[in-house]
Amino acid sequence: MIVNLERFIALERPRWERLDAMLSRISEDPWRRLPFDEVRELEGLYQRASADLARLGTFAAEPEARRYLENIVARGYTEIHGAPDKAERFRPGAWLARTLPTVWRRRAQAFWFALALMTAGAVFGGAAIALDPEAKAALIRLPKLQGDPAERVAYEEKSHGKDLVDRKARFSGMLMTHNTQVTLAAMAFGMTWGIGTLILMFHNGVILGAVAADYVMAGQTKFLLGWLLPHGVVELPAILIGGQAGFVLAGALLGRGQRKGVAARLNAVKADVVTLCFGAALMLVWAGLVEAFFSQYHEPVLPYAVKIAFGSVELTALVLYLAFSGRGAVTGTRT
Amino acid sequence: MSAALTDVLHVRTPEGVSFDFRIASPVIRLAALAVDWAVVMAAWSLIAVFVRVLSAFNEDLTGMVAVIAYFLLSQGYRIGAEWIWRGQTLGKRMLRLRVVDEEGRRLTFEQVAMRNLLRFVDALPLAYMVGGVFALLSPRGQRLGDLTAGTLVIWEPVEPMPDFDIMRGEKYNSLRAHVPVMARLRQSIAPEAARTAWQALLRRDELDAAARVRLFAELAAYFRAMTRVPDELVDGVSDEQFVRNVVDVLYVTRG
Repeated sequence: MIVNLERFIALERPRWERLDAMLSRISEDPWRRLPFDEVRELEGLYQRASADLARLGTFAAEPEARRYLENIVARGYTEIHGAPDKAERFRPGAWLARTLPTVWRRRAQAFWFALALMTAGAVFGGAAIALDPEAKAALIRLPKLQGDPAERVAYEEKSHGKDLVDRKARFSGMLMTHNTQVTLAAMAFGMTWGIGTLILMFHNGVILGAVAADYVMAGQTKFLLGWLLPHGVVELPAILIGGQAGFVLAGALLGRGQRKGVAARLNAVKADVVTLCFGAALMLVWAGLVEAFFSQYHEPVLPYAVKIAFGSVELTALVLYLAFSGRGAVTGTRT
Repeated sequence: MSAALTDVLHVRTPEGVSFDFRIASPVIRLAALAVDWAVVMAAWSLIAVFVRVLSAFNEDLTGMVAVIAYFLLSQGYRIGAEWIWRGQTLGKRMLRLRVVDEEGRRLTFEQVAMRNLLRFVDALPLAYMVGGVFALLSPRGQRLGDLTAGTLVIWEPVEPMPDFDIMRGEKYNSLRAHVPVMARLRQSIAPEAARTAWQALLRRDELDAAARVRLFAELAAYFRAMTRVPDELVDGVSDEQFVRNVVDVLYVTRG
């Protein structure tokens, strides 16, 4: 136990104080980029403080000094062994052109599962309306859609889109945020072993199928396509991508056929899940704008053929983008 | 077991050093959450003033900006703050909390985004009940978002630089004039007793006068009982100064 603690502390204290001060500055100003010399100095001081901590531990002399050193070594450890610098990482162009479609393709199985569920829901909703028209009140809650489709079409064509005059932008913002919340919920519910995501996908399908069946049975198919296609061909895939992210999470949680532990499995998918969520949110911004500024105009203001053609072009572009963009590039994580 | 303030994350660094991070309790985290909620509300109040002013020019467009701004503020504030401030929001900074990964390292963006996107489930059915239950049951106090992202929240209390000045040898130490006494002290006094005396000296200013006199009298008596000290070495030396001299002999080698 006999050590020259005074000499040890007198020698090392200025370095500890310097390291403490450097770490405090980094913490206070996260945007500051350290010059190369300072980075080297930081690492050197951290290594030295680590060695001092080890020595102080063997001396078993002074718990306060040990706690103080532990604190600065812990802070230094977080800085030095942390994630790579953010500024060097993210390139929006590359992310959009390569990362997002590549991740979507890598996790396509989960997307097809979400699509199958929504389709099943749509078939169920459509069949329910066809077999029991009174089910409409229970399945379609939106007051605007509960009336006779033919009456609504007549009204919309007569109003020339005046209903949304001076509130299109606000409506668009509300659509974007609401749909993004639904999409994020679809992802987050993946942590219920996928049960919540499954219900959400099916439920959305039921509503869609019920509305579609209602309009088709009323002979308003052209209106339906002109109304839904321009925004729906982006909005629905975005929600499906949210479901895809949820099922990827659920797959990692269940871990069927994988030998890794649950933490390792979740770790392996999280980058892909976040990519899918942000991709879906971006798509919903576009869908919100189209729905508010384009979809709500009908004939005679906008011919249905133009709207259907617009939706078809969007769908084709989206399919081509997801299927082919960034092919050959390797990004993200794999399981 | 619930996560109390004393729960720790033990880390062994590649440099071969071990230390502990103290895991934050759900209660402190809830307090930080409340602060962050207040921050969002305050920021929104400021934005709302601008929105009201701008709505005089274009009400529709301003309405869109307001809806999106509130969404981004409420959903994005924590992601942005934790990413920019290395695992801290304003609430966490105030309560000295930090989010780190399960190895104690800095977070990746994916971890920050994931733990915050999962708040949706953690907040169900109300008042973060799902997250709270998970945090109470998890040995590391992790809510669902933390478990998914591989993160945890640590508490970083202020650790001031200890007062090492008591070891400074400016004062005359009468014991050093007697080498056999020094040798006997070093041989007979157990490390625990030496550490107790060291701590008593460090914290002497925290004691009231009577307790301080009593404590150092007890310590001095204990050390005197351990080894015979000639009277001429302790004549006119207070009990506290005697203890200081003993600690100086035990811990400091003078060249």
